[in-house]
Amino acid sequence: MNIFILTLLRDLKMAFRNPSSFLNPLMFFVISISLFPIAISPEAQTLSSIAPGVIWVITMLSVLLSLNSLFHYDYDNGVLEQMIISHHSLPLILLGKTLAHWVLSGLPIIILSPFLGMALFINSEGIYILMLTLVIATPCLSLIGSIGASLVVGIKNSGMLLSLLILPLYIPILIFATSAVSQSQSNLPIDGQLYFLGFILILSLLITPFLSAVSLKISLE
Amino acid sequence: MSKLKINNLSCQRGYNLLFENLSFELNSGEVLKISGPNGSGKTSLMKILAGLNSFEIGSIEYDNIKINSEKYNLDFLYLGHLAALSPELSCLENLKYTAHLGNNNLNLDFSDALTKVGLEKFENELVGKLSAGQKKRIALSLLFITQSKVWLLDEPFSALDSQAIKIIESRIEEHCNSGGLCILTTHQECSIENIKEISL
Repeated sequence: MNIFILTLLRDLKMAFRNPSSFLNPLMFFVISISLFPIAISPEAQTLSSIAPGVIWVITMLSVLLSLNSLFHYDYDNGVLEQMIISHHSLPLILLGKTLAHWVLSGLPIIILSPFLGMALFINSEGIYILMLTLVIATPCLSLIGSIGASLVVGIKNSGMLLSLLILPLYIPILIFATSAVSQSQSNLPIDGQLYFLGFILILSLLITPFLSAVSLKISLE
Repeated sequence: MSKLKINNLSCQRGYNLLFENLSFELNSGEVLKISGPNGSGKTSLMKILAGLNSFEIGSIEYDNIKINSEKYNLDFLYLGHLAALSPELSCLENLKYTAHLGNNNLNLDFSDALTKVGLEKFENELVGKLSAGQKKRIALSLLFITQSKVWLLDEPFSALDSQAIKIIESRIEEHCNSGGLCILTTHQECSIENIKEISL
């Protein structure tokens, strides 16, 4: 079997045997969003106007929460060393790990988003666009995040450092994704935003596995 | 006939010069034991040879194969201090994954390898529930399935009982008799025949 698929299946198997590793960020996502109507206002108009921003900001934070564990355990138990000196392509192995991270962090958020969107009174068109932006952009969050995770892999309690490194790179995604959802609620065209998010996705897919591989090698020296 | 030649290798970590002008040669069928006090650079040397760490001065020549190339990585097996095992996976699952990382041949007898290190009853046991010695045995069971020619074993006998040490020593001898090379670091006495030794 291809090393990419093997790594993907291995990481998924490990996560399902230790579900708290991916359930905690998801719980954070659901709980934080459901607190907004209580804290701000239960009014449909207020909530629907802030909903795209709220959902997207909390999506980013919950992905960021789970990023720390992307390479951490494999570093601690020595598997990362074996990955680096493997004759297989390291970027391909890392792409498998990053896809597993997306399946465990991004995919559940996409599935949950219509329900949370409805709870925040986003209209049906807005929910469709919200899901579309999440489908395009959550893989970018995992891919870009993998660079930061690989840079801080040997550092203990590196959560804050990881946020400082990665959040600025997430800002363009946040701007274009939230603006797409907000504009769709006002029936404005959103092609530009979606094209830009698609461009970031393709760019991330092409570049980030190689950057993560280089930074991992540096981190492990 | 493979040959590993190290010329004037120097290694510095931070401000510490671990070793300098280190030269040795190892041919097919030979075992080299690297000894030295703690912090003398044994693990660093192993990591340099494995391609994990860089070095400042010197060269590593192995059959005209470039270090860190696909062929080099296939020919070298590195087993470090860490057992490279995930606690959430079973012995068999761990061994399969680590073996796939270092081999091209996918038709390997993993159960047989675990039997040889005395873990046949623990195939489906999660690694997190095993003792340190048993984890070390799983890591070393890789020696029974690997096709790599050069073995780099960093403290292979730590946490092992005398029976397991004998199994591993005889496997190393068998590997070298069939034309392989082995470099190991250990603070323990080895009963491997015709072992070369250098001190850092």
